[in-house]
Amino acid sequence: MSKLTLETEGEKYVVVTRRFAAPPEAVYRAHTDAKLVQQWMLGPEGWSMPVCICEAKPKGKIRYEWANGKGRGFYLTGEFIELEPHRRIVHVERMHLPDATPDNHIETRFEPDGNGTLMTMRMTLPDLETRTGMLSSGMEQGMETSYVRLERMI
Amino acid sequence: MSDLDTAFSALSDPTRRAILGRLALGEQTVMELAQPFDMSQPAISKHLQVLERAGLIARRVEGAKRPCRLAKGGVEAIDQWLAMLRKALASNYDRLDAVLADMKPARGRRKR
Repeated sequence: MSKLTLETEGEKYVVVTRRFAAPPEAVYRAHTDAKLVQQWMLGPEGWSMPVCICEAKPKGKIRYEWANGKGRGFYLTGEFIELEPHRRIVHVERMHLPDATPDNHIETRFEPDGNGTLMTMRMTLPDLETRTGMLSSGMEQGMETSYVRLERMI
Repeated sequence: MSDLDTAFSALSDPTRRAILGRLALGEQTVMELAQPFDMSQPAISKHLQVLERAGLIARRVEGAKRPCRLAKGGVEAIDQWLAMLRKALASNYDRLDAVLADMKPARGRRKR
């Protein structure tokens, strides 16, 4: 069941959609309550989020820290800009790897869809080069994994 | 080096990845490509040679210009980046499905 779509739009946008079998109130809460965010926004297998700050109010701080339990980690910071409870979140975020990536401006909408919710996340990057950087950021890790596999085969 | 190694090492440079991103929007000349990168044309030309040798871009001759476009390998590389990001997001949202399923009983109890 492939419920996720991810498409680029123009030079600066990335649009993600996903359906959930829960009402907008619940999906919104899972995006704004630190205790819930910490349970699912984890990235690749084996990673956890030991620090999750999510002050869901205008100008509220966001700080997510990930760790893989083997001494590796990275973090994300951001700020909330606008919140319309159960309907819409506007925030800005950047990754620290450890240098900060350019700001990613994100609008997330939650719309009723039958018994569930249709979420649409629209990311705006400063320019095409930054967007390409973000889209290809998983590549190096992917390459690392394939090289490790290659080494094992030889 | 195998074809795969050549492509991997060509893609290990962020400028070369950014060039591919730009060519995904359509054919461009070296001059057009050099503009957003704050780099000299010879520097960009060097990157283009690496990408061309790796089969990621193709160039044609048009008078004195040699416009570049994505080759099959370049299109595949970009598809792969999107697929990787899609996969990472998909596993997050699969976990969110489970979190939402757990929230339901609590909501039910609060309702009249």
